[in-house]
Amino acid sequence: MTAPLDVSGSASEAHPESVLAGAGKAIQGRSLTRIAWMRLRRDKVALTGGAVVVLLILVSIFSSPIISAFGHPPLEFHQDAIDPNTLLPKGAFGGVGSEYLLGVEPINGRDIFSRIVAGAWVSLLIGFLATLVSVVIGTTLGVIAGYFGGWVDQVIGRLMDVFLAFPLLVFAIALAGVIPDHGFGLEGNGLRIAMLIFIIGFFSWPSIGRIVRGQTLSLREREFVDAARSLGARNGYILFREVLPNLMAPILVYATLLIPTNILFEAALSFLGVGINPPTPTWGGMLSEAVRFYTLPHFVLFPGLAIFITVLAFNLFGDGLRDAFDPRAH
Amino acid sequence: MACPATGQATRPVAVLTYIIRRVVGAFAMLIVISMVTFGIFFVVPQWAGATPEAMAARYVGRAATPETVHLVAERLGFNDPVVVQYGRFVKGLFAGAQYDYGAGVEQCPAPCFGYSFISGQPVWPDLVDRMPVTFSLAIGAAVIWVLAGVSVGVISALRRGSFFDRLSMGTALAGVSLPIFFTGMISLVVFSYGLGWTPPGGAWTDLAVNPLQWAYNLLLPWITLAFLFAAGYARLTRAGMLETMGEDYIRTARAKGLRERQVVVKHGLRAALTPILTLFGIDFGLLVGGAVLTETTYTLPGLGQFAILAIRNQDLPQVMGVVLIAAGFVVVASLIVDLLYAVVDPRVRLS
Repeated sequence: MTAPLDVSGSASEAHPESVLAGAGKAIQGRSLTRIAWMRLRRDKVALTGGAVVVLLILVSIFSSPIISAFGHPPLEFHQDAIDPNTLLPKGAFGGVGSEYLLGVEPINGRDIFSRIVAGAWVSLLIGFLATLVSVVIGTTLGVIAGYFGGWVDQVIGRLMDVFLAFPLLVFAIALAGVIPDHGFGLEGNGLRIAMLIFIIGFFSWPSIGRIVRGQTLSLREREFVDAARSLGARNGYILFREVLPNLMAPILVYATLLIPTNILFEAALSFLGVGINPPTPTWGGMLSEAVRFYTLPHFVLFPGLAIFITVLAFNLFGDGLRDAFDPRAH
Repeated sequence: MACPATGQATRPVAVLTYIIRRVVGAFAMLIVISMVTFGIFFVVPQWAGATPEAMAARYVGRAATPETVHLVAERLGFNDPVVVQYGRFVKGLFAGAQYDYGAGVEQCPAPCFGYSFISGQPVWPDLVDRMPVTFSLAIGAAVIWVLAGVSVGVISALRRGSFFDRLSMGTALAGVSLPIFFTGMISLVVFSYGLGWTPPGGAWTDLAVNPLQWAYNLLLPWITLAFLFAAGYARLTRAGMLETMGEDYIRTARAKGLRERQVVVKHGLRAALTPILTLFGIDFGLLVGGAVLTETTYTLPGLGQFAILAIRNQDLPQVMGVVLIAAGFVVVASLIVDLLYAVVDPRVRLS
């Protein structure tokens, strides 16, 4: 058996400063990042996932021109598309057609296509920013635990165990349920989004924390760290200039894989009615409204597919990224 | 590496120390979780503007005079420091508690989780009522997902690159990307309301009353929940099997003429099972808390639905009870897994 291929950059082992400063031209051979990029470019499935992710980001940024070009405002009622006797959409499959691309909601006739497009940004925003919160907390505590070891490691390790044993969903629901209407200079859904980002991020940091801790533990014993220390470098310098750059690859990979989890978390909270308040469109919220209309498959199907495609795209891209950086891990 | 003679002699002692250490650790974990839970659910409502009087008012109703409310708050100890209240809560769990409402003394036998703000009923019997639903859901789904996930994973690994492998791994990746409230709703639309094969959401029969009806009612939730997890297990089993089947001892086992079945099951799968056991401990433990989504989708009257109702009503004692049960379940499940390790993996006993 060969030694396990490490995720850390092999080039920085030789001349960390010169490579990081971009002066690595003289070194022959390819950096691990470069190799990973070459592997990723060959991985068609991962690239497809990445392309869908980019597309989704573009859709959420340009949601208003897209909606005005192809649909109706997401909060606008369309009684003309509703059968006044049954309160159900007119036409086949929930009114799907050129006027309403994905049909309309029952009772008030809101345009489902517009609502899905408008709901994208909440999912992506919370998915990205909550992951950022987890990465910041997880990296900080993971690096500290792994680097300093001893009782610090013990305390942080126990803290991670406690977090992993918590019924997170129940906790998050309970906390999200008591979010006030005003606070921190924000109000309404603005405050709810900020609080959800914090709650979701706060509860999902241990997964990143464990990985960072493990990587730091092995990096700490490496020669270039010893070399830096023997040259008189302080802990701060070693942490930020020697250890952290080598953690970037695993952090990037696991952050990419955490984003879909967090998107699902937000959708679940909105589905349970403690996420973003209506009428602001969210995919989870649309599904919770669809619960009462089992006879209308399109009402369930389209928001569900939106969540599925988004999460799948992130998972495919993240899997590809992991394989590219560390083929042995999979 | 210890020499064989001393290794033999110290083994029972090592196992015993290992078990004691894990049990003590699990117990400490429960204490920490109960403290944090109590802290959060005591502090957060106060941030949201709840005063001791407001909490007491929920017991006595809106018509009560401020003096009565104040008296009840005092009697129930809502004005005491958090630490004192926590101590009383823990004492109630182990020794039961007495509540003096002024009009009479109420006995709350151990384990006492207090009284619901809304119904005024003790919390524990309500929790016990809900447990069979959640446990039935969790155990049935777990059996299906472990059997399905592991067998699909093994077959995929053995026929790497085949059509079956690609199809099942594609399905598995889709499976981990599907939220249960979506698959659950689709399954209800198709199988219950469309084809009429399964009962509609909300159907529940006690196992003791009619086992067949029990299984029939739970079939759809089981399969939907299992699908979500089976996907991850299939991926993990496949990866583990691919790794172990390349090991030298597999070649040795084949070389000494063992049947392929024995090589795969006894030598390959056994080594690949350790990470699956870890994951299973975590997943199964979290299932009680995670049943919220499944039970909401299928409107099953279990602990998850109970939790949602308690949270909507801001019924603190009920929320506290369900969180502690769920957390306790995680700790107990991971303790059992740790103890199983000592059986499955001999290295654990000696380290």
